[in-house]
Amino acid sequence: MKRVRAEILSTRNLGAYQSLTLVAPEIAERARPGQFVAAAMPDDREFVLRRHLTIHQSSRRGGWAGTLEFVVDPSAGPGTNWLSERRAHEFLDIVGPLGKPFSYPKRLTNCLLIGEGRSVAGLYFLAQELLARGKRVDMVIGGASLEAVFKPIEAKRLSQLVTVMTADGSLGERGAVVDALPGAVERSSAEVVYAAGRPALLRAVAALCRTRKLPAQVAVEERMGCGYGLCGACAVPVANKDGSDWDHARACVDGPVFNPARVLWDRWPAAAASAPAPRTDPGVLEPGVGGT
Amino acid sequence: MSQQKRSLAVDLGGLVLPTPVMIASGCAGTGRELSGLVDLRRVGGVVSRTITVRPRRGSPPPRIAESPSGIVWSTGLQNPGIDAFIGAEMPALAKAGSPLVVSIGGGTLEDYVRLTGALQGRAEVVGIEIHLSGPDEEFERPVLGVHVDRVTEIVGAVARMSLVPVFAKLPGGVDIVPLAIAAARAGATGLTLTGSPPALHVDATTAQVTLAEAGSWLAGPALKPLMLRAVHEVHRALPRMPLIASGGIRSATDAIEALLVGATAVQVGSATMIDPTAPVSIAQGVMKELKARALTSPMHLRGAAAHAVRRGAEEATT
Repeated sequence: MKRVRAEILSTRNLGAYQSLTLVAPEIAERARPGQFVAAAMPDDREFVLRRHLTIHQSSRRGGWAGTLEFVVDPSAGPGTNWLSERRAHEFLDIVGPLGKPFSYPKRLTNCLLIGEGRSVAGLYFLAQELLARGKRVDMVIGGASLEAVFKPIEAKRLSQLVTVMTADGSLGERGAVVDALPGAVERSSAEVVYAAGRPALLRAVAALCRTRKLPAQVAVEERMGCGYGLCGACAVPVANKDGSDWDHARACVDGPVFNPARVLWDRWPAAAASAPAPRTDPGVLEPGVGGT
Repeated sequence: MSQQKRSLAVDLGGLVLPTPVMIASGCAGTGRELSGLVDLRRVGGVVSRTITVRPRRGSPPPRIAESPSGIVWSTGLQNPGIDAFIGAEMPALAKAGSPLVVSIGGGTLEDYVRLTGALQGRAEVVGIEIHLSGPDEEFERPVLGVHVDRVTEIVGAVARMSLVPVFAKLPGGVDIVPLAIAAARAGATGLTLTGSPPALHVDATTAQVTLAEAGSWLAGPALKPLMLRAVHEVHRALPRMPLIASGGIRSATDAIEALLVGATAVQVGSATMIDPTAPVSIAQGVMKELKARALTSPMHLRGAAAHAVRRGAEEATT
């Protein structure tokens, strides 16, 4: 884990989102899919905490070597909005890479990747690493509308089968990502499932994988304070390893990638089916890693 | 005086810390995290998260939200309990290289007695900080430490039992001087001023109270003026009492302001969540300020502003 003053190389508008590419070789060289960085906010604003952002892309080789990219939703809150307004050649105070990454299957081949909104950004990084290991990648992605589906063409490029779901039917099929899961698992003959997103989606993924007996890893989103294990704010209820009892783990250092079978979804208020929808402009801390 | 070497060391009633900048309770992780982030040998001291007799899972998520220049938080004192703490977390914290103060909390007098007893004779522990902002289970009061009777009783018991200096961390957002006097009379070595004041975070969009209502507190830069007022008032009432300022300190200037109104040391809390090296850079900034003022110790800054105010008041009345 390094703390660097990183120059912004470029920024891009991608539908509802803004992507920032930074020159940060110390972080990029170590970054793995599922990990995140923490970007400091300016001193003169009233929002003080770092923003925690899933790594979308990190290049060790080639023309982009030493760069890393993350994606923000400008409407999620004041901090991500501030980040979305940054321009090339400005500098950001970044700590990373943080958190436990996804692990890759050794023998199993067919991987199904599930995400919605901006959370998909981290899954594309994972898809590249899986492809490099000779795995087959299929995806189910979605969002509220066409603009909220993150880089659908990239999804097509990386996967054999892609299912796109939008709430208004403006791209792919009308409906939620959750609705497409059973069919997608059948079609792709999935052997391993990866997911990223809001707790309610991950809970549905966990339930599906339990009934189908599929191994799975999920990258959770929970509001973070520090991002490196000091404050204990980003609590996730998990069963102890021996199954005897449970405790609150920290999404930042014990996660954000968890085995969904260990997460106690009933004890996680945000995972309830009736949990309030994420706010478009909360005016406070955006949900932690990969927040919508 | 000019022969004397300039040093950041401060003396808190017999506990000498290498610098006046400590890491506040609840912002130091479990021992392993910090050592990779900051050179703990250059930190004045580390206060552990608050430890209770039994393990506590703490509040359900979410536990944090932002407010203007601050954060509202509710961890519900998640901790492994005193036995597991002594077994695993305490050695890791102590090994990291900074003087270790253990924060203890409870709802009954017995809790505090048992916790102090368990820490007795532990060489790793240089001091005990008494968390007094939790609910009182015996008297069924929402906050234990806002009552002079309970502060007297609990601080008195811990101070009599402890073999190391004892610091009472008084609740924030209350009439502080009577509580400070009570803690001093009960035998506290020093006072930490103050704990987070109670707060609430509401989300208008979802029409919900965002965090666990019973235990939400305000932290961050928004607290600085409240902290300065508390330190100033207590220093005037108890000029010889060592005071540790806690609340809203994120820069060397903030730390110096706290020293000027009467603090001997400061604690950095939420600032370490944003910059883990803040305790070191703040101490460096204090050193710079000592040089600029040709002083040899942070203790020479102590209370300078408080005395100036007093002189001003005297002139105004004569």
